[in-house]
Amino acid sequence: MSWEVVIGLEIHAQLATKSKIFSGASTAFGAEPNTQACAVDLGLPGVLPVMNAQAVEMAVKFALATDAQIGRTSVFARKNYFYPDLPKGYQISQMALPIVGEGSVTVAQTDGTEKEVGLTRAHLEEDAGKSVHDQFNDATGVDLNRAGTPLLEIVSEPDMRSSAEAVAYARHIHSLVRYIDICDGNMQEGSFRCDANVSIREKGDTELGTRTEIKNVNSFRFLERAIEFEIERQIDVLESGGTVVQETRLYDADKDETRSMRSKEEANDYRYFPDPDLPPLVVDVTFIESIRATLPELPHVRKARFIEDLGLPTDDAVALTADKRVADFFEATLDDSFKPRKAANWMTGELFARMNKEEVSLSEVPVSAEQVKGMLIRMEDGTISAKIAKQVFDELWAGAESADAVIEAKGLKQISDSGAIETMIDEVLAANPGQVEEYRGGKDKLMSFFVGQVMRASKGKANPAQLNDILKKKLDG
Amino acid sequence: MSADLHTLTLAQMHSALQAGDVSSRELVDHSLKRIEATNPDLNAILQVDVEGAQASADAADASRSAGNAGPLTGIPMAHKDIFCTKRLNTTCGSRMLENFAAPYNATVVDRLNEAGMVMVGKANMDEFAMGSSNENSYFGSVGNPWNKEYVPGGSSGGSAAAVAARMVPAATATDTGGSIRQPAAFCGITGIKPTYGRVSRYGMIAFASSLDQGGVVAATAEDCAMMLHAMSGFDERDSTSADVEVPNFAAGLNESIKGLTIGLPEEYFGDGLEAAVGDAVQAGIKELEALGANVKSISLPNQHLCIPAYYVVAPAEASSNLSRFDGVRFGHRCEDPKDLEDLYKRSRGEGFGPEVIRRIMIGTYTLSAGYYDAYYKKAQQIRRLISDDFDKAFESVDVVLGPTTPSPAFKRGAKTDDPVSMYLNDLYTVSANLSGLPGLSMPCGFVNDMPVGMQLVGRAFDESRILAVAHQFQQATDWHQKMPATV
Repeated sequence: MSWEVVIGLEIHAQLATKSKIFSGASTAFGAEPNTQACAVDLGLPGVLPVMNAQAVEMAVKFALATDAQIGRTSVFARKNYFYPDLPKGYQISQMALPIVGEGSVTVAQTDGTEKEVGLTRAHLEEDAGKSVHDQFNDATGVDLNRAGTPLLEIVSEPDMRSSAEAVAYARHIHSLVRYIDICDGNMQEGSFRCDANVSIREKGDTELGTRTEIKNVNSFRFLERAIEFEIERQIDVLESGGTVVQETRLYDADKDETRSMRSKEEANDYRYFPDPDLPPLVVDVTFIESIRATLPELPHVRKARFIEDLGLPTDDAVALTADKRVADFFEATLDDSFKPRKAANWMTGELFARMNKEEVSLSEVPVSAEQVKGMLIRMEDGTISAKIAKQVFDELWAGAESADAVIEAKGLKQISDSGAIETMIDEVLAANPGQVEEYRGGKDKLMSFFVGQVMRASKGKANPAQLNDILKKKLDG
Repeated sequence: MSADLHTLTLAQMHSALQAGDVSSRELVDHSLKRIEATNPDLNAILQVDVEGAQASADAADASRSAGNAGPLTGIPMAHKDIFCTKRLNTTCGSRMLENFAAPYNATVVDRLNEAGMVMVGKANMDEFAMGSSNENSYFGSVGNPWNKEYVPGGSSGGSAAAVAARMVPAATATDTGGSIRQPAAFCGITGIKPTYGRVSRYGMIAFASSLDQGGVVAATAEDCAMMLHAMSGFDERDSTSADVEVPNFAAGLNESIKGLTIGLPEEYFGDGLEAAVGDAVQAGIKELEALGANVKSISLPNQHLCIPAYYVVAPAEASSNLSRFDGVRFGHRCEDPKDLEDLYKRSRGEGFGPEVIRRIMIGTYTLSAGYYDAYYKKAQQIRRLISDDFDKAFESVDVVLGPTTPSPAFKRGAKTDDPVSMYLNDLYTVSANLSGLPGLSMPCGFVNDMPVGMQLVGRAFDESRILAVAHQFQQATDWHQKMPATV
């Protein structure tokens, strides 16, 4: 039998506000337990929630970036359940009227095609605290630092048909929320978490199969594996004559499997009702337009511009627009004296390799776009070769002021005086008569030996093109 | 000064202080003595703060000497124990919060502190403000100062009894379905529940958030006006508080009621109303007519839906509001819980009294999947109808008037086994909560030696009007000056 996979994602993006969604406590990660929880976060008697305007701005920003409808009047609702890390005994969320309605995103697939994924809605809600099970003998600790942290829950339509599509969509949203600066995207710290709804059906069926929900997957690799496992499991169940049970499942990365957490029958009745402590949230046109004015050029628009106006290859354009800071850095390195493609090549090659090696993000790179621009100009005008540029970049990384200063101080200016290069070549050829004979006898590979010798003699500064040219003439005579 | 200091109204105390006839310290010490002498019989005050009150009184005297006294400076008062106070515990009448020391003051507490009022203690109340007789307090029931065999009403029974017994000239109170007006009526004093949103709910422990509103009980409308003015106003910590101007309520009290139209809902004078109470209210109406007011019969056709709607909405919100009392972070925790479920069940089972548990059960049921539309949603639609009835009435009348309660205070224990008959005490009061409108109760007579109250309901944010009507009435009558024999 041939099966079709149907996947929808619910993504919880932690909004990068300074304070919590309904209180003034800080949202910074990693503080001592319970030091960033005020009376409101602790759910003390008599305290009341007050909406954080910054969280509303960020939700509207997301709506504008995904061409989504904006809920001009949205309503907060209480989701009631008991759990020790849920201080009030209810979570303030949005149910019937979310702040972000239907929208869509166009997701680039790994095979180079694009796919449109529908967004059902996105709503504001508060995060719960954390239960700590492994630090106290026979007891569970509760850390409420995270309680009240603003989340935007982004719900997709069941539009994905493979784990690869699901991951591409998740990556797209991950990139987008960072791009518009509403979420830091840190998956280790839980700032970006995915729940996947997975079902399968016979190809050609129009009805959806029974779905399972895989909770709280915190890396793209795990997301892919969890979905893969779940697809296989459901196929096995159906092909052996069973039925898929609607339930919540957890992905265990160590065992690479999903397992049942609770079934629909055991699910809580959350007794949603509008939160009487918070009036309906109304956003007007003036507010929306003021947010629109702060919206950066969106990644897909910028990517198209890089390809069409700057002449970048698609791969480079994709790589350079995934992160806004990278794209901004790239554009700041550009100069009329060289083609944008040169800077793109250098960034996707040299810079990214160095960042990987040092395990740093762009914001931690100690070299400015202005410094890189200076170096690229010198590469273009022939003052330094690509090889010497690596040395210059090392010096910039180590704190040097500018490419020109490094070139000057270290005497790295490329030797483009053909007389000087010729002299060095003559010396090398004179010192290696045997190799010259072998070369002329047909051992072409020795060419690189001579190039290396001359380069060494020039301390790497000989203009490589000139060197090759002159050397070839001399040897081939 | 004389031994009768406690018989002064709040306004009279202010005059005496201004004239230099008495110091705040004397008033406060006298109030503390009154509590010591009369509270053992009544149980109206749960905790007294002698040291704090004396220090605040001395500070008030000092600021008066420095020329910085306002109308409330140095006057003793009590807070209903639902308002969080940094000094003294805040119990909400519950075992659950027996040892709860709030790390913050309610906005109302801060504002009255800033106005210079001196808190002498915290007043008893029905547990979590759920009750109409003050018999649901974990810390014991409260006696009515007119006859301690009778209930003082609830849930603000401690506040009302403390004022009626003249332990304090005024007290804060809260009203979710009548909890200010009904005890004011039962105790022969004046009480006002302002418009929803007029007074901040921050630090006022929530019962039913969309209905709860803080207010005042005092001997006179004038006293209520003075204190309400200091309590009112927008608070950025309460998103439901209204950002509307607060008029100086006391300044408008002398506005004549000549030509004013008073609406008498026929539904308030029909079945369920005890005849003698109706007679006392009719006599009050005659007084108002004599003062120049016109009366007009009106109809609030959805009045019969008020109690059912209220007893869906209030328990629903309460069931959620009281979820935070789970034994995890504060409040009562059972001994040796064997697991999480045991911790929840026993902590809550032991910490809450039977009426609170009953309402949590009702509220949990009405919000359940499959019942929400039939109960909660329907009740919210009824609220709209009730509001519309008032809107329509206010097209042709300036205030709505009727009895505050169907009958005067009943004997302690008389209704404790019959929740529904207890709930019917709220028959005429809940509509003001469901519609958010301001309501006031003032004394208008006696039935079998127990006081009877008359209720005024005004337009939204038009507290000035009902306070003025009450003040004019009190200028012409002396019901508000009657005091229990023990005073």
